[in-house]
Amino acid sequence: MAELKYTKDGRLLFTKEMRREYKILVPNMLPVHFKLFEKVLQKSGYDIEVLTNSSHRVVEEGLKYVHNDTCYPALLVIGQMIDALNSGKYDVNKTALMITQTGGGCRASNYIHLLRKALKSAGYENVPVISVNMSGLESNPGFSVTPALIMQFVSGVVYGDMLMLLNNQVKAYELNKGESEALVNSWVERLLEQFSHGKGMIGEDFRSNLRQIADEFDAIPVKRVPKVKVGVVGEIYVKYSPLANNRLEEFLASQDCEVMVPGLMGFALFKMDNRLDDINLYGGSTVKYKFVSFLKDFCTKMESAMLDALKDHPNFAAPSPYAHLRTLVNGVIGYGSKMGEGWLLTAEMLELCESGYENIVCTQPFGCLPNHINGKGMIGKIRRVFPNSNITPIDYDPSATKVNQENRIKLMLAVARENLSERLEAGSTEKAQHPGGDTIEVVIEDKISDADTPKTEANATAAQ
Amino acid sequence: MRIGIDVGSTTIKYVVLDDRNNIIHKSYERHLSQITEKTLAVLRTVRELTGERKALLSISGSAGMGISEACGIPLVQEVFASRIALKNLLPDADVAIELGGEDAKILFVTGGMEFRMNGSCAGGTGAFIDQMATLLNITPTEMNEAAKSAERRYTIASRCGVFAKTDIQPLLNQGARTSDVSSSIFYAVVNQTIAGLAQGRPIKGNVVYLGGPLTFFSELRSAFDDTLKLTGVCPENSLYYVAIGAAYGADTEIDLDKAIDTLSGLKAVGNYNSIEPLFQNREEYDEFVKRHSENTIERVDPDTYEGDAFFGVDSGSTTIKMVVITPDGKILRDKYSSNKGNPVPHVKEFLEHFYWKYPKIKIVGATSTGYGEELIKNAFSLDSGIVETTAHLTAARKFMPDVEFVIDIGGQDIKCFKIGKKGEVDSIFLNEACSSGCGSFLQTFAEALGKPIEEFARLGLFADKPVDLGSRCTVFMNSSVKQAQKDGASIENISAGLSISVVKNALYKVIRASGPDELGRKIVVQGGTFLNDAVLRAFEQEMGAHVVRPAIAGLMGAYGAALYASRHSSGSSKILNAAQLADFFHQVKDARCGLCSNNCRLTVNIFDNNRKFISGNRCDRPITHRKADDSLNIYDYKLKLLKEYQPVSGERGKIGIPMGLNMFELLPFWHTLFTKLGFEVVTSPLSNRKMYLLGQATIPSDTVCFPAKLMHGHVQTLIDQGIQTIFYPCLSYNFDEKMGDNHYNCPVVAYYPEVIHANMPDIEKVDFINDYLGIHRPKDFPKKFQQVMSKYFDIIPLDEVKSAAAAAYNEYSRYLEKIRVRGEEIIEEARAKGMHIIVLSGRPYHVDPEINHGIDRIISGCGAAIISEDVVSNRVEKFPVKVLNQWTYHSRLYSAAKYVLTQPDMNLVQLVSFGCGIDAITTDEVRSILESGGKIYTQIKIDEITNLGAVKIRLRSLFAAIEE
Repeated sequence: MAELKYTKDGRLLFTKEMRREYKILVPNMLPVHFKLFEKVLQKSGYDIEVLTNSSHRVVEEGLKYVHNDTCYPALLVIGQMIDALNSGKYDVNKTALMITQTGGGCRASNYIHLLRKALKSAGYENVPVISVNMSGLESNPGFSVTPALIMQFVSGVVYGDMLMLLNNQVKAYELNKGESEALVNSWVERLLEQFSHGKGMIGEDFRSNLRQIADEFDAIPVKRVPKVKVGVVGEIYVKYSPLANNRLEEFLASQDCEVMVPGLMGFALFKMDNRLDDINLYGGSTVKYKFVSFLKDFCTKMESAMLDALKDHPNFAAPSPYAHLRTLVNGVIGYGSKMGEGWLLTAEMLELCESGYENIVCTQPFGCLPNHINGKGMIGKIRRVFPNSNITPIDYDPSATKVNQENRIKLMLAVARENLSERLEAGSTEKAQHPGGDTIEVVIEDKISDADTPKTEANATAAQ
Repeated sequence: MRIGIDVGSTTIKYVVLDDRNNIIHKSYERHLSQITEKTLAVLRTVRELTGERKALLSISGSAGMGISEACGIPLVQEVFASRIALKNLLPDADVAIELGGEDAKILFVTGGMEFRMNGSCAGGTGAFIDQMATLLNITPTEMNEAAKSAERRYTIASRCGVFAKTDIQPLLNQGARTSDVSSSIFYAVVNQTIAGLAQGRPIKGNVVYLGGPLTFFSELRSAFDDTLKLTGVCPENSLYYVAIGAAYGADTEIDLDKAIDTLSGLKAVGNYNSIEPLFQNREEYDEFVKRHSENTIERVDPDTYEGDAFFGVDSGSTTIKMVVITPDGKILRDKYSSNKGNPVPHVKEFLEHFYWKYPKIKIVGATSTGYGEELIKNAFSLDSGIVETTAHLTAARKFMPDVEFVIDIGGQDIKCFKIGKKGEVDSIFLNEACSSGCGSFLQTFAEALGKPIEEFARLGLFADKPVDLGSRCTVFMNSSVKQAQKDGASIENISAGLSISVVKNALYKVIRASGPDELGRKIVVQGGTFLNDAVLRAFEQEMGAHVVRPAIAGLMGAYGAALYASRHSSGSSKILNAAQLADFFHQVKDARCGLCSNNCRLTVNIFDNNRKFISGNRCDRPITHRKADDSLNIYDYKLKLLKEYQPVSGERGKIGIPMGLNMFELLPFWHTLFTKLGFEVVTSPLSNRKMYLLGQATIPSDTVCFPAKLMHGHVQTLIDQGIQTIFYPCLSYNFDEKMGDNHYNCPVVAYYPEVIHANMPDIEKVDFINDYLGIHRPKDFPKKFQQVMSKYFDIIPLDEVKSAAAAAYNEYSRYLEKIRVRGEEIIEEARAKGMHIIVLSGRPYHVDPEINHGIDRIISGCGAAIISEDVVSNRVEKFPVKVLNQWTYHSRLYSAAKYVLTQPDMNLVQLVSFGCGIDAITTDEVRSILESGGKIYTQIKIDEITNLGAVKIRLRSLFAAIEE
């Protein structure tokens, strides 16, 4: 069995030996993305498992071992890991935990320390914790972030974003319930298979996969009727994790909405940009600048591959490129606001408004410091830029109740529905002046792209 | 026919409209959480009254959501329903303010429609007003009547009901008048609504008041009118707007008979998260009862006893406890009762009766403790008063001489402490103002469900599937309980769940223990809440340990006080005797201190023979008429030092600097920089309450820390003074003091200028320089600063900027040096005088008296010298901590804590702003550093609060422990 080694400061290391012997548990955040990441890491020789436990015990363990005023994501992530260790499913003498550390100025960079404290109190002191960071914070002999790994991760991000995006845009309108979700699963399987053969992560493979994903989603039979379109933004964990946001996406779907959740790539680019902005604003090393610029260029290319794949599919609303998001906040908030989701959160809300998703749920853990600034702090200003924006900030923590949250979201949706029907009516009066267009239904037909309706119905028949 | 039903958090309302939309039936009643039954009753009534089987029907309200889902009646969201009603009934309304049972809403109808509901804090609603009335022991209607004759207004924290309660309780204990408190409560509701919901949008034009509280309480309406400077209207049917809107919005025809069928067939399935039952069977319970019946105190019949006795009073937040004991600690008489808002008459009655009934017993020592300690001591001329922790420890030792941990859960407070190796009180945990979950919490629920507390608690003992309610704020526990009811949880299982929740709250929120090993195995539990077997059992279960509950668990404070009296008795007591009691007189008056600029509001208790007791003051000056000695108080020195940075007129213009947050430390830097460059630097004046209120309406996030909120007032003040250019830069990074892994500012300090810029309408009137600057890179700074300034002024030559920047960096170092030098002088002087030294640690802006509420003066009043963390933080080498040490201000805390370990005469007290997310990390770390060296950790959470009762307990306990 691997020997326990410590740093000078007494931190338990993840050694090369452990890499061979240990199972590494990772908390979940984005189900599709994380499945792909899991594979990428397994391919590099780590015995990784992304946790899926999500019973109420997760919150209980969190409350027990984490300072209750700490942000909700910390509580959940740590609760999930302790619950897993308690489950008896893993040999705790051969298990390590993995957690990300951004090194930013908000509390999130401290999760790893809170986790170690919790492990100590729970009697798991000998379970090593691996930090995944790009800030040179903590390192371990048994784990290293190599350039190859970064590139593979980035392709995982793009695939995940693409599947999430298209699934959301098709799911709300599909004729056969469940078809879109099934396609997501099928693609995850196919990608995992390709990944395990070292394929599909880069180059032409990558681009053709993306094109094929778009084609296949576009082939799902749909009936595009006007629906309330809702964007979801916020603190990264709460925004994505169904465990944290009380299954927000499911709830919105049950309210007959189309949901848009901005992808993870924007966040990755934003975090790289932060370093460049720091240098621009305050001065600093140009060597560092060059390396980060290189990485950013790479990610931008990967991002454009995704956007390119969507070009021939007018049925899909392609997200704006990161570069555009950046210009959107000009005059609203400064690029120096980088802690947490920083100005990107504001930018995402602006972009959603711009692209017809002006109904927004802004999610954050109760007391989230950066979101006092970039979320709640900017809603008024966004309203001045987009007077039709309809944003509701929702706080999540163990003591917030689902009923209260849903009631507030329902208010936002009531306003959204009124706006939608007003818009349709305005459309119909306009139409009424022209011969033939006097009912709302007609407008609806018009709104559907010409080729769409017949094609989808044909497909539906074919599918039967 | 159209029907709208509004099922809110506490009431159910319905209206029936005829075809011309006239209201033909309506009703409003409390539903006592029986949501399904009451809705069913409403449907049946409507069916009967109208004789119609089909109608356009919809449902609304927070509790209506569940009903809608369960039986398919369409839902109209409540705020939206109000808006539909407004559109039809009052088309020229501009703004509607609607307060409900647990929700507060503002509807901006004109000029850009916007609807807002309170977020995750439910303060300032109907439930809050009810709670406050209960606290005052009057009905809400009586509270409204009382408020009419108010003469003065107290500042009551408006954030949250629980918070306000901790403000009000001490006011009551100090004898504040009901009318004044009542009125203050209404104003707190107004402030809460405005601070929480206006978010920068002015409330003006035709304002409409809707919902129960605003309909029933004229004084609440006038408080709104007064604050908003307008006259709002409370229209006809103001209670029914949501129901009317639901009726208007109904577009589906519902078969009433079918709906009644579905609803009455609705069986909740018991589908909720449950936890282990408290007892598996009767035997377990019997064993439990037997084990706990052993911890009793002998009683002596007072009718037959003759001789000396000692009197102990514990004047708690909602109750008053009194005990008379014999010299060997046996109980002669005891009394436990609600104080009904004023403890004084209860003590008087008890003593009168005692003197009359037992003339042969002589009280030769009397001591008080608890929130009302001072008042009772002064009113009845007791011999001494002791801090609660000491009283409880004294009593606990009587039961378990080697006790390691004492936990007391009372009506409003949770107090726990460990007992150190030398037998001193160590590590005190008090519930912070926001984590409720004490006795009154159970009481509230028992009342809501219509049961007496004892019976309610007993119900839970044999519950088979207790509801897992977690540990959360009282207000939201309401919705969880409702959810559980909907899911079919029985009252027994809810009762058990609530008892368990009280325990979890104490363990995980207040003490933050994860097991008995952290607390020690020898535990004594006390306080009225533990008299409840369900709570006691839950505690033992959660801890996995057996504990001792004295039979007099509710009287321990009083018993401890009596024991103290007996140990410190001089053989006679100055307590008022029967004759003096006959002349006893007590009156309460208000006054303003006026002896310093704080202008404290004072409550003057006047007793017979011109005896007086003054409370509400921050210092002793109104009592002693001597000026507080601030010479050994670095907080005072820092304030004076900052005053030295006065405006110097210059040819380049005037720059305004808002004095809040990091400016408290960076003023020397910016002042020097700008002055050297020929700008006149004007700062906003020292904070006060009025200034806070001035900016309150523009705060977008009501959960941000108070120091940040104050910033709005500072900027507004500068704008109002006619300053044209305001400088308040964003600073991601602070100076690198090489003590941590990084040197960030916290996100709020770093970027609050963005919030000011985005949310204060008047900011457009001025040049607001909120650019990003990097003071942490002195070499790059001048060039970058020059660039930023060139956006607002003619370009300043780089040479000039460079030399001004050099001077600024110098001045900043000089300023820090001055503080360290003065700090060293204070230390030396204190040592020469044998005084204790407190390192009052926090952030630079905690120097602001409006933020620290004069806590520094309370400490100096206790006879200790005060230095701050930055005086000593450079005295240790960089060392590893167990957290990511990446914020400059916070690194100083760790270093200061480390240094304190080496100094026997120093202790650290940490000031923490409510809502400071980063302090969730620092407090645990500072505590663990201190405890690693055997030092006591004392944390004081501060917010808008102005009452210092809890703070005094903490500090006095600390000093009591130090002295032992």
